[in-house]
Amino acid sequence: MPERTDHLGHLEHLDVRKTYKLFVGGAFPRSESGRSYAVRAADGSLLANAALASRKDARDAVVAARGALAGWAGTTAYNRGQVLYRVAEMLEGRRAQFAEEVAAAEGLRAGAARRTVDASVDRLVWYAGWSDKVAQVLGASNPVAGPYFNFSVPEPTGVVAVLAPQSSSLLGLVSVVAPVVVTGNTVVVVASEERPLPAVDLAEVLATADVPPGALNVLTGRTSELAPVLAGHMDVDGIDLTGADPSSRAELERLAAANVKRVVATDEDLARTPSLRRLRAFVEIKTVWHPVGI
Amino acid sequence: MTAPLAGPWSPDVATSDAALRRFLHGLPGVDQVGAEARAAMLATRSIKREAKMWALDTAVSMIDLTTLEGADTPGKVAAMCAKARRPDPTDPTVPAVAAVCVYPDLVRVAVEEVSGSPVAVASVATAFPSGRASMAVKLADVRDALDAGAQEIDMVIDRGAFLAGRYGQVYEEVRAVREAVGSALLKVILETGELATYDNVQRAAWLSMLAGADFVKTSTGKVSPAATRPVAVVLLGAVRDFMQAGGRRVGVKVAGGIRTAKEAVSYLVVVRETAGEEWLTPDAFRIGASTLLNDLLMQRTKQRTGFYSGRDYFTID
Amino acid sequence: MTGIETTESTRAAAGPVFDYAPAPESRDIVRLDPQYGLFIDGEFVPAAEGRTFTTINPATEEPLAAVAEAGPADVERAVAAARAAYEGAWGRMRGRDRAKYLFRIARIVQERSRELAVLESLDNGKPIRESRDVDLPLVAAHFFYYAGWADKLELAGFGPQPRPLGVAGQVIPWNFPLLMAAWKLAPALACGNTCVLKPAETTPLSALFLAQICQEAGLPPGTVNVLTGAGGTGAALVSHPGVDKVAFTGSTEVGKEIRKAVAGTHKRLTLELGGKAANVIFEDAPVDQAIEGIVNGIFFNQGHVCCAGSRLLVQESVADLVIDRLRERLTTLRLGDPLDKNTDIGAINSAEQLDKIRLLADVGSEEGAQRWSPPCELPSRGFWFAPTIFTGVSQSHRIAREEIFGPVLSVLTFRTPEEAVAKANNTPYGLSAGVWTEKGSRILWMAQKLEAGVVWANTYNRFDPTSPFGGYQESGFGREGGRQGLEAYLDV
Repeated sequence: MPERTDHLGHLEHLDVRKTYKLFVGGAFPRSESGRSYAVRAADGSLLANAALASRKDARDAVVAARGALAGWAGTTAYNRGQVLYRVAEMLEGRRAQFAEEVAAAEGLRAGAARRTVDASVDRLVWYAGWSDKVAQVLGASNPVAGPYFNFSVPEPTGVVAVLAPQSSSLLGLVSVVAPVVVTGNTVVVVASEERPLPAVDLAEVLATADVPPGALNVLTGRTSELAPVLAGHMDVDGIDLTGADPSSRAELERLAAANVKRVVATDEDLARTPSLRRLRAFVEIKTVWHPVGI
Repeated sequence: MTAPLAGPWSPDVATSDAALRRFLHGLPGVDQVGAEARAAMLATRSIKREAKMWALDTAVSMIDLTTLEGADTPGKVAAMCAKARRPDPTDPTVPAVAAVCVYPDLVRVAVEEVSGSPVAVASVATAFPSGRASMAVKLADVRDALDAGAQEIDMVIDRGAFLAGRYGQVYEEVRAVREAVGSALLKVILETGELATYDNVQRAAWLSMLAGADFVKTSTGKVSPAATRPVAVVLLGAVRDFMQAGGRRVGVKVAGGIRTAKEAVSYLVVVRETAGEEWLTPDAFRIGASTLLNDLLMQRTKQRTGFYSGRDYFTID
Repeated sequence: MTGIETTESTRAAAGPVFDYAPAPESRDIVRLDPQYGLFIDGEFVPAAEGRTFTTINPATEEPLAAVAEAGPADVERAVAAARAAYEGAWGRMRGRDRAKYLFRIARIVQERSRELAVLESLDNGKPIRESRDVDLPLVAAHFFYYAGWADKLELAGFGPQPRPLGVAGQVIPWNFPLLMAAWKLAPALACGNTCVLKPAETTPLSALFLAQICQEAGLPPGTVNVLTGAGGTGAALVSHPGVDKVAFTGSTEVGKEIRKAVAGTHKRLTLELGGKAANVIFEDAPVDQAIEGIVNGIFFNQGHVCCAGSRLLVQESVADLVIDRLRERLTTLRLGDPLDKNTDIGAINSAEQLDKIRLLADVGSEEGAQRWSPPCELPSRGFWFAPTIFTGVSQSHRIAREEIFGPVLSVLTFRTPEEAVAKANNTPYGLSAGVWTEKGSRILWMAQKLEAGVVWANTYNRFDPTSPFGGYQESGFGREGGRQGLEAYLDV
């Protein structure tokens, strides 16, 4: 874009370009490898250089997620809902910026990009509301045949790796991450490889929206490089393969067998109204028995 | 009998309500469901055929043959005593029962009727069954029975005081009766059906043992529920713990509602599995009953002859 | 039964005058054929290759029957039969009629429960008291429970029209042969799937009797198929492309293999795997009931229980008391003839399993833990292992980390609730846990912190069809029992 000049030929305002970094443990590091890669718009023009996360970055992100788990899982459901709603508020406040990013990344017209951002906000609000309801829908008091009180509650699975969808850079990302985080899991998400910038922008939102450091970590880079690391990582409890190349799925599932990871591999249309499926995917039903007596 | 006691609880636990509360409430809790499940499991044990004969005879020898009716008369007591000495007139191998148990005013009759036999005379006392009388009256009741020749006293605790947390009062009453009873045997009736929880049963048992009881006894027979297997599990656990903690061997008496040989034998199983074999003697385990005796005799005949007997072949008292 | 004498219950401190009778349940109630075929498409047929194997009574090593060993061709036939039933009678059937079939099966199980209990004890080695009082009642209850769901699925919270998955391949273990068959078949059938069930090699008989019951109930042919065989049969079943759903209960090691085998396919998978549960005893526990809970936790079913409380964590302040009491209690356990109603501890299921238990117990001794068993005479024939406790165990010992799947308890101590939780959770498994304390808030705190699918507080090893069961982490995923158990068999 040609820069505007004043009558003296001086530049009116030279753009300050943003450095797109990773989001790990609440901080924005560059890749420890020092690598970056060129991110292009749908029209092929260069948008920015994004950090090209390495195996070690993935490992650091898992460490951060593990460290944040007890705190995030232990916070009240009400509080988690508030934090997610806060993310929606912040996203709402930056609609224009996100619409521009999404338009550039996905090659959408302005109106379509705005609608995508609006849908992303709505999706966050929808999932935020689930925080203190999911236990009531998935849990139960069980009428066992004996003098025992018995109840079941959903609890977070733990550290979950999410391979975000490749095409839908923001709505898709929000749709796969929100249900995992709202139930108390901590997440390492690998952003869309070719369209990572909205994810990094979202990370900036997260950083200012009371999301505890490490609860949600964002990596940019090659999905095919990071996915096997996360699928085989023994301290990752579950993995969502939505953004994985279909041809790599079998191998990733085999790697996930090492510690019996919970695996989600669905091809559902993320633009549609979501169901309970993703909320159910990364929770563990815990059942507690106690005698009833005097 | 010298009352308490060497042991880790001594000597301060009985100095006040508060000290007793601290001690009794510091005992491990009893989970109702778990205790009942254990009792139910023990009820499924079946014993060997040769052992069964032994068990039936042992059960007979543990009986406190009891009549505690307003309608009791010297005639009724005399008849019962005859049965106590010689449960089955046709079979001299049947042992005598451990004791007969009557109201204080009938002790003299009972003493005469059992004299010369190994059968002891027990008397309920301390304003049985409610225990609602002054201490003076209760002690007079005890002395009355002893003066008439009772060798065993079955006293009741003041359940009202116990439930109100006046542990010191309950303790002092048992102590006072203990002193009055002297060398006679003291059984302390907890009336577990009124204590409502197994935790209370355990506490009342410990309280009684600390105060010098020779036996802890479940019930008066006038309150339902009377003896139950889970209560027996709890009491036998308490006497075991008391002994392991440096106390004496205190006996357990189950009373009320035990009518069949099968039930009686199942109590013996509970005794063996909970407190241990050293409790399987009339010195340490008693069964307060009346109609039970005939069922034991019938089952005994069945064991001996291989055929089921009939009620008319056993005397009704 | 021959061998009663050799397997007669033995007890260390058996009293001179008062002993329990061998009270054997009559074996005659079970009539065994010399040979059993596979159950495919509603009929019992020999294996295509004609192979058989012998199943034995682990208490006596006496052969019970020859059983067909299914090969790939049999898997093919069974899956085809299940597919046909899914596309045919069973798939088209209304929920309320599926319900009635399941109710029928439940009733027949109840009617024949004594026979099935004896059969289970014969083939498995478990005490009749357990097969009679635990396994069989739960089998019937499980069919009853899921029968009622069959015509209510659209109201179960899985969307308006939940669909079944298709053909379910189900591989079950030897520790609760009939109960595990019920846990697999009942929800699958209620949801409208058809099944190919593979019972364990050492305990094939009760599944075949259940197949007879399916016949007796008039279940449409092919709805339930039973393939007996060893690991190869199971592997062929789970990797068969015609299977839409795989459900497995067994070791974590095999579970991981199955996970790999179905990787990249359309198959849904649920796994119920191993465990190394902590049973945590606080100083304010109801001691006598806790002792019973410890005993039931680890010696129930000879410790052949994935959720067994195999790691006892005792607060240091009461460790001596608890261990003394536990030892006393162990001397009253009665090991011997599984068919004796007084038996507490039956036979180890197989020579192979016995070797594994012996090996790990030896490792425990070598690692420096103190081993103790009550004086206990083992029968001369059959597979037996005395109840054993190891004290002085630390987290790093193999016997504190590896699933022994036998009557072996490792005792560790802790000082604070935080330490108890840290030690309890310090395992890749997460199936179950126990907590014993009289303090309500601590129970709930522990229940929250323990990473386990089932937490028993002031009780242990209780099961119910309404109560979801399943693991965290390497103990598997998916739940069996309850409304949640439907999820494993619906396309939701």
